[in-house]
Amino acid sequence: MMFDVTIIGAGIIGTAIARELSKYQLKILIVDKENDVANGTTKANSAIVHAGYDAKVGSLKAQTNVLGNAKYEKLCKELNVPFKRIGSLVVAFNQEEMETLEELLQQGKANGVPNLQLLNQQKIREIEPNLSKEIVGALYAPTAGITGPFELAIALAENAIENGVELLLNSPVTKIIKKNNHYEVTAGEDTINCKYIINCGGVHADEINNLVNEESFKILPNRGEYNIFDKSVGNYVNSVIFQTPTKHGKGVLVLPTVHGNLLIGPTADEAHHPQAVETTSEGLNFLREKASKVVPNFSFYTVITSFAGIRAKVATNDFIIEESKESKGFINVAAIDSPGLTAAPAIATMVVDMLQSIMGDLKINENFNPNRRPVIHFMELSKEEKADLIKKDPSYGRIICRCENITEGEIVDIVKRKAGATTLDAVKRRARAGMGRCQGGFCGPRVMEIIARELQINITQVVKDSPTSYILTEPTKTNITNADTVNLVAATEEV
Amino acid sequence: MEKKTLVCIACPLGCKMEIQVLSSLEEETKYLVSGNKCPRGESYGIKELTKPTRMVTSTVKIKNAHLKRLPVRTSEAIPKGKIFECMKLLEEIEVEAPIKVGEVIIKNLLGLDVDIITTRSML
Amino acid sequence: MLNYDIIVIGGGPAGLAAAIEAKRNGIENILVIERDRELGGILQQCIHNGFGLHVFKEELTGPEYAERFIDQLHEMGITYKLDTMVLDITESKVISAVNTTDGLMEIQAQVIILAMGCRERTRGAINIPGSRVAGIFTAGTAQRFVNMEGYMVGKNVVILGSGDIGLIMARRMTLEGAKVQAVVELMPYSGGLTRNIVQCLEDFNIPLLLSHTVTNIKGKDRVEEITIAKVDENRRPIKGTEEIYKCDTLLLSVGLIPENELSKSAGIVLDNITGGPVVNESMETSVEGIFACGNVVHVHDLVDWVTEESRRAGKNAARYVKKELKNINEPLVTKAEKGIRYIVPHQIRVENIDSKLDLYMRVDNIYHNAKIVVKSGETVIKQVKKPHLAPGEMESVTLLQKDLINLENRELTVELLEGGEQ
Repeated sequence: MMFDVTIIGAGIIGTAIARELSKYQLKILIVDKENDVANGTTKANSAIVHAGYDAKVGSLKAQTNVLGNAKYEKLCKELNVPFKRIGSLVVAFNQEEMETLEELLQQGKANGVPNLQLLNQQKIREIEPNLSKEIVGALYAPTAGITGPFELAIALAENAIENGVELLLNSPVTKIIKKNNHYEVTAGEDTINCKYIINCGGVHADEINNLVNEESFKILPNRGEYNIFDKSVGNYVNSVIFQTPTKHGKGVLVLPTVHGNLLIGPTADEAHHPQAVETTSEGLNFLREKASKVVPNFSFYTVITSFAGIRAKVATNDFIIEESKESKGFINVAAIDSPGLTAAPAIATMVVDMLQSIMGDLKINENFNPNRRPVIHFMELSKEEKADLIKKDPSYGRIICRCENITEGEIVDIVKRKAGATTLDAVKRRARAGMGRCQGGFCGPRVMEIIARELQINITQVVKDSPTSYILTEPTKTNITNADTVNLVAATEEV
Repeated sequence: MEKKTLVCIACPLGCKMEIQVLSSLEEETKYLVSGNKCPRGESYGIKELTKPTRMVTSTVKIKNAHLKRLPVRTSEAIPKGKIFECMKLLEEIEVEAPIKVGEVIIKNLLGLDVDIITTRSML
Repeated sequence: MLNYDIIVIGGGPAGLAAAIEAKRNGIENILVIERDRELGGILQQCIHNGFGLHVFKEELTGPEYAERFIDQLHEMGITYKLDTMVLDITESKVISAVNTTDGLMEIQAQVIILAMGCRERTRGAINIPGSRVAGIFTAGTAQRFVNMEGYMVGKNVVILGSGDIGLIMARRMTLEGAKVQAVVELMPYSGGLTRNIVQCLEDFNIPLLLSHTVTNIKGKDRVEEITIAKVDENRRPIKGTEEIYKCDTLLLSVGLIPENELSKSAGIVLDNITGGPVVNESMETSVEGIFACGNVVHVHDLVDWVTEESRRAGKNAARYVKKELKNINEPLVTKAEKGIRYIVPHQIRVENIDSKLDLYMRVDNIYHNAKIVVKSGETVIKQVKKPHLAPGEMESVTLLQKDLINLENRELTVELLEGGEQ
């Protein structure tokens, strides 16, 4: 089968480009090695829509950050994804840091970031009463916001598929062969023919590039660990709180999430391999220590879980968005670390423009529907809406996840959608069942039951995430063989 | 004279007991139990030294019920050495709902004069 | 709006006992709301024996214990709703709840009895580092899978935490054919009952590693190995003592947390130590007419005590409906001192005690030959000798009403005197 465009990687960048391209009459495929979309860098990051003062003036990062930020309201509205423009503060503890803030202010202005201002102690106290009294000033960026990164990528994928894009999961790209007028791509068991390739391979983007081109960049995977806290402390801060950046990076942030939890992170250290998303006790201790400087009275025992993400850094510290010099029609969209999430919508239009200039004018897809069918969040409905909904579909009257009050109806819906959930983690990312305090202890078995029923598979085939991340081994009463383990000696007290 | 200390498991109280073993060639071995708060402790202590037994609680497969397993137990404690034989037997059993609590599923388990009984009703 | 004299939230052992006792005390119009598909709560998955020795004077399994109460509930004609989730309760005692048949309900109660039980502490809450792989279960979730759904959660298991559920699951997994390599306990003593260490671990040669913890979890998709290390007296892992255990499953039995999100929504004051509502002698919370009992108040070691406490709540809820609860004198306030972590109840209105009152408490360490001493100022009200005390076991002291009348000092302190001081 011949596609016009194959997008390698179904993270925030790949899905944003796919959706943008689906506005044109093209045959498009997204291929990913994982069992779900948004399963790499996109699923574990700070979830911030940055204002845009961080990046060096004139860099791709600076350019796409400010443009991307401005697109968020409309995009999230169309796709029914949470987005809150809550503003950000970069806080300073001394004069030296105040000088850095001044530099950031100037850089931000040059990048075109609107309404930046420096705040004094009193003003900071007013808007963020829980911050350290040692803070002497802050840079306030009202356009910064928060979103749900994997929700957005999932929504982009779903909307792209609704508009004709195809999705192929569990298919790592292992071979790319240049033919006369097209590429032949081996992805998992499949062979795909396509005219253009867009490499959105995240931390693997260099490997993908090297399948067909000389090495021109090297991804340096960088791990960041996070802690997430109970909703009871979700409003401990009202905006995104950064510490003054040093040459080592942006430091540890404290921010609310769009779902009302509190997030603290990330650490930053070199990952030993691109899949290294484990947390460490050193990292988690480091977070506490660093965050305490900004929120000295915070109760860290309200933690509900920790996670780690991996970021695709490069030595040049800017995005790589360009057609390969050796391979026509092969576009690298690589090294997308922070502010990649923010920049994604702008990167997508940029890539479409590049394709237009390569392919010539593209025909508009008249049937393109920008809107995704809204996802129902039962608990956010009014009394009347709740009552009506249950009348229409009683499964919305059955709460499955007790911590987040997620109904059976919501879970069935996200299983049945395009790019729908097929695993326990996929349900968690889309419907938040198992995201709460009990972390799926109560609802896990019920969610598995629903997935098995809706996908018509056996419950032992329901996995946590990857196809080999099995949860149940076999039915009980099938294979008892350890009869020799009984201790026949009398039990004595020495225990 | 031999002395053993052990924890009574007859109930959750967990009395710490001392048992003196008095054996002689002429008479039957005698056991002196102390530290127990009730008579069950004494009989447990002696039994634990002579012929240790345990209650087995497990499940069997059930058809036509809202769950796939029905909880069961031995009506009395059985010798420790028989526990896995008992488990092996339970593996083969499948019952059908409706079933009442206390129903006998296996009569005279392994010839021990102990039954396997259900521990809940399932409609 | 639907209207009930008493609404009990939760149909586990606490809710069942409270509802039955309220009915026995003359209240007709009672509703029990249960979120699961059947009554009985967590007892339905606790298929092991050891329940009921105090309440029924015989040893029952969890389902047998539950069924006796469920049968009684049916016989007494108490109404209940299954598969029904309470979303919110207000201070004015309006409950909003949903299910598939009634839809969204708003129900006015004269009295609410909270009996929602507790949940398990998770991996996230104790921040075990490592990969986020499949194969990590709380012991209770594993118990549900194995005992009710009929599926094994793994074949080669390590258990962290020696609370009773952890010990029980060590035996249960072994009986079903899994290999349990070790039970790992952070503290220098087990949090479970001694009898469970004997019959669940020793019987199957499963080692109990005290003063150890899990410091890392490795695996690509499923647990492949975990690291266990010794801890020092501050419970911090000691470098160089790490050992690798190859396994496919980690079960966590690392504590239970009273589930009080609804209590918070009604503005009920909680105790920081127990994690449950502050209650008085009648098991009434800080919000008048809202009572609480069972593991939602504090985590109990035996279900028998849950039943006793819940009967007290049910009976007093009935008295409240009948306007028989009194508010005459300033209540006595209980205060946990040396060696005692907490006391339930927190307040005592002496005029409402029948003739005696049980104080429930937990100690903070292992003690031998100690005395629990209850005092009002310098006056000793009661002292009880205890040969053995452990944090895993709940203690109780029975006070007589006559000893509590007309106390000058309104603070009732409870402390532990160790052996030497006797």
